[in-house]
Amino acid sequence: MTAALLSVTNLAKSFRGLHAVQDVSLDVAEGSITALIGPNGAGKTTIFNMIAGVFAPSAGDITMAGSSIRGYRPDQVCKAGIGRTFQIVRPFPALTVLDNVVIGALAHDNSVARARARARDVLKLLGLDGLRGQIASSLTLPDRKRLEVARALATGPKLLLLDEVMAGLRPGETDEMVGVFQTLNRESGLTILLIEHVMRAVMALSQTIHVLNHGRLIASGAPADVVRDPQVLEVYLGEEEAV
Amino acid sequence: MIATILDDLPLRERIALAVLLAFLVALPSVASDYWLSVVLIILYFAYVGQAWNLMMGIAGQLSLGHALYVGLGAYTAAALYVHFQLPPAIGLFVSMLIAAGAATVIGLLAFRFGIGGVYFALLTIAFAEFTRLAFSHFEWVGAMAGFFLPVENRAESDLINLRGSPVMFYYVILTLGVAAAVLVRLLAASRLGYYWLAIREDQEAAQASGVNTFAYKMIAVTISAAMTALGGVFLAFYYNNLFPSDIFGIHRSIEIILAPIIGGLGTFFGPVFGAFVLGLLGEGLTSAVEQTGIQTAGVKQLVYALVLLVIIKFVPGGLWPRVARSMGLGRRRDEP
Repeated sequence: MTAALLSVTNLAKSFRGLHAVQDVSLDVAEGSITALIGPNGAGKTTIFNMIAGVFAPSAGDITMAGSSIRGYRPDQVCKAGIGRTFQIVRPFPALTVLDNVVIGALAHDNSVARARARARDVLKLLGLDGLRGQIASSLTLPDRKRLEVARALATGPKLLLLDEVMAGLRPGETDEMVGVFQTLNRESGLTILLIEHVMRAVMALSQTIHVLNHGRLIASGAPADVVRDPQVLEVYLGEEEAV
Repeated sequence: MIATILDDLPLRERIALAVLLAFLVALPSVASDYWLSVVLIILYFAYVGQAWNLMMGIAGQLSLGHALYVGLGAYTAAALYVHFQLPPAIGLFVSMLIAAGAATVIGLLAFRFGIGGVYFALLTIAFAEFTRLAFSHFEWVGAMAGFFLPVENRAESDLINLRGSPVMFYYVILTLGVAAAVLVRLLAASRLGYYWLAIREDQEAAQASGVNTFAYKMIAVTISAAMTALGGVFLAFYYNNLFPSDIFGIHRSIEIILAPIIGGLGTFFGPVFGAFVLGLLGEGLTSAVEQTGIQTAGVKQLVYALVLLVIIKFVPGGLWPRVARSMGLGRRRDEP
């Protein structure tokens, strides 16, 4: 078992008495691809937002590479090596595709020239280099999703948080995206934590799956085991989808 | 540094800039005193417009109270000159510091508590208004009766004390205008500029990309305030009189933002172009109304307002991007 890059312990969040997340503990091993699945409203995005520094946890701790990042602002979390995408894509609409990614690349480099070079590399990786001069708001949804990933990758993260980047993609596009993440994971050792509903992508990518329901973890383990877990089948996957 | 500015500028744009600059430099030797004073005020608006554009057009923070910084800059340098004989060449630093201090207070209040958009704009108006009221009772600088600088013999130019002929003032504001344009262009091409654009476009996404939005917004408002205060110093020594109701008035704040809006928000040349369009429009209307012999008060303002409405309705992105395209001048990074 490799060491945990990200470690979440007894994490909880309530909004005015509503317990969105309760007592969630999970580890993301360095170099792994881990998925967080569960029905809508289970608290997946809330956990992401706590890791990313958008909300402060009501209780519990989050450590990245051994040091606590609890209470960090989003930009500090980014500097600590965690890149994220948003569930509803948020490109910088009036800027070009290249400039969008340059902004991400500037997180670890003061030089605009070097950041542009790095941004080009990331764009090539995601097949967006041909669109680099286009204004982000003119892109199609799949391209915007890719741009969202490109910007997060450009910040040079050790851990990438992907919030439903496959939603709305066609199966072929999903496979393409899966390929990109597998390559990144294999070649640069990028650790990935993803929230995903597209089971095709979850099964292809992840080594570990955590299942969340009503703010609590109900199952954790290898994909093959988790999808056979009766509780998981009942609350999320549904009997008829049983593999 | 020059190389950085000219680097991605196509040849046609370089020629266009050189022609404009040559025209402006040569103007005092060909234009009448009247036209010189008209272009001088146009250049003043181009300058303060550039300062405001940096904050709104690039960093996306709407200030409707920039008269505050003009006024603070003007009063500070003028009071130091009149009461302590401190030349404005030194006093301007105090002016810029005080304006930047005021902007820091407003920024801290707003950005710490997550006040943005129109609420931030209201806060800027409030600060300008209560500073106007405070100065109306500030006897040391003349209160409501106004504050006057001694008008001296203007035969020779004295840059240290900003005393001299209108031609000297013309070259001072031309230098400031060019310097501001260069500064804004340099900043826009730096990491700072990219981060400001990110904040303007989407603050949450900017934060997730590693931008400390609070810090970068503070930098934007303080730089903009200091630049604007310098415009105030110029105004004080050019007009030699200051009235709180005038210099801090909300109409002054609106005047400052018209040129960049009409010219093109967030563009590098928009504030300059807008200032020329508005300045010449104002002058043109004045003489047109005189020639028709209409005596009714407010006719000029009415037509002026209608023209603004038409421009904003039909060219919402500002005039400059459209004019630039039709002149075959390339689109730049800062002109989305």
